[in-house]
Amino acid sequence: MIDYSKYLNSSISSIAPSGIRKFFDIANEMDDVISLSIGEPDFQTPWHIRDEGIRSLEKGRTWYSPNRGFSELLRQISEYYQRRFGLTYSPNEQTLVTVGGSEAIDLALRCLVEPGDEVIIPQPSFVCYEPLTVMAGGKPVIINTKNEDRFRLKASDLRAAITDNTKLLVLPFPNNPTGAIMEREDLEEIASVVIEHDLMVLSDEIYCELTYGGRNHVSIASVDGMYERTVVINGFSKSYAMTGWRLGYALGPAPLIAQMTKLHQYGIMSAPTTAQYAAIEALRNGDRDVCRMRDEYDMRRRLVVDSFNDMGLSCFEPLGAFYVFPCISSTGLSSEEFCTRLIMEKHVAVVPGTAFGACGEGFVRVSYSYSLKHLKIALARIREFIKELEDGNQR
Amino acid sequence: MDKLLQLLCKNASFTTAELAAMLGEPEDYISAQIKEYENRGIIKGYQAVVNWEDVDDSFVEALIELKVTPKKETGFDEMAQMCMAFDEVESVYLMAGVYDFALIVRGETMQDIAMFVAKKLSTIDGVVSTGTHFIMRRYKDRGMKLTESEDQADERSLIL
Repeated sequence: MIDYSKYLNSSISSIAPSGIRKFFDIANEMDDVISLSIGEPDFQTPWHIRDEGIRSLEKGRTWYSPNRGFSELLRQISEYYQRRFGLTYSPNEQTLVTVGGSEAIDLALRCLVEPGDEVIIPQPSFVCYEPLTVMAGGKPVIINTKNEDRFRLKASDLRAAITDNTKLLVLPFPNNPTGAIMEREDLEEIASVVIEHDLMVLSDEIYCELTYGGRNHVSIASVDGMYERTVVINGFSKSYAMTGWRLGYALGPAPLIAQMTKLHQYGIMSAPTTAQYAAIEALRNGDRDVCRMRDEYDMRRRLVVDSFNDMGLSCFEPLGAFYVFPCISSTGLSSEEFCTRLIMEKHVAVVPGTAFGACGEGFVRVSYSYSLKHLKIALARIREFIKELEDGNQR
Repeated sequence: MDKLLQLLCKNASFTTAELAAMLGEPEDYISAQIKEYENRGIIKGYQAVVNWEDVDDSFVEALIELKVTPKKETGFDEMAQMCMAFDEVESVYLMAGVYDFALIVRGETMQDIAMFVAKKLSTIDGVVSTGTHFIMRRYKDRGMKLTESEDQADERSLIL
């Protein structure tokens, strides 16, 4: 027998597998599970967008695209950031099309981080930043955001986390799993600390189209002095319900995008061709679809938040993404116990907050990327579960 | 379009509490708004969307095209009134195109409908011609897919 551990890279071996998986494995064993655990849109890609992908195949456009992406797509992305966020990026030098936002995150980290560099990551947040930082040779430094701050990043917490080795701040807003957003005033405070300490920012804006209550997403790149310090990560998955097409992009300072392009060129070559044709259509004619889906999410969001508060699980109002993050500590259970018992007793799957960082203890992530009918059934079961817990506690 | 009406069209069985939560309005306001729609005749009623295929009680429906000569004074309205008066007639639409009215007519058998068209509809003064199209199968009705389960398996996978 070969002992593979001596061959395997010790950095990757030391990284724990994602905590979301475990509950999904349990859910897979049951046939009547109602899941509220999925983190992607339930909508199908709007038909006119799919149609452009299909048409490109019919025309036989099955070759590689240029490394950075088709020039028309680069132009459309650049126009989109101008139109939506007032930011100007050159399609030729400051834009790179990638395989999902995830690849862009990986590229940015590997092109910025050197051994010994510290990368500040606010948590709870999407699970990829920490392992990818480790693989880039960096040291993740975690900041715990708090319920009482509506899970926004506080400038004082950022300041306290900075050392001489800090190079980069990851800014994951609108946030998965909390649904928190950062408004302009919040970002201005963060920006002054970033500039003072001469840091770079990786702003993951994949949920930028999903903000509610009349609050439009603000990119930190649009705050004074931040444009030249920010690499923006975005993509088509969440805004246009295009997860399976695997298409994202990065926008940022030309010297950084040039290095990222080089790495992308050697590692990936180019993003999927069919997906790029569909994405051009999404950016040209997809605004109405985005509004329609956002309105639908918004109704579900209100219903779910209202239900949790009504059940007695306090839930701050999430203003972004498609998750609510109710506090379950009043039940006396840990996040993991809560999720395990909920799935075993009521066959409803939600994700423990701890999957997104230790500070997620006391919370669960509930996705409302499901039909109203599905949500109503699931919420009724959670209500029963809470009721039975309370009755049990009183006895 | 009014969001409250939109939601009720999708599912009239939402409670006022649910509607209030989804629209971010107080429950009282929602109840009052629905009452007002009902009083003003904007909401005409609430019906179930039934997949009759799975129910033994069977019946037949047909779409009838009607060509008519409009009346000098009352135009098409008088003809519409006469068609609406029959219990067999479920829906009456004035159409643009090669014919004037489209009717949905219900009967127990095809023979019933044939007789209704021959004896009652085509004999109305002003009806020039009729065309009968029997409805064979309903796949989708009022936005709902009838032939496939609404809850299709969720093909999404949990990946992270």
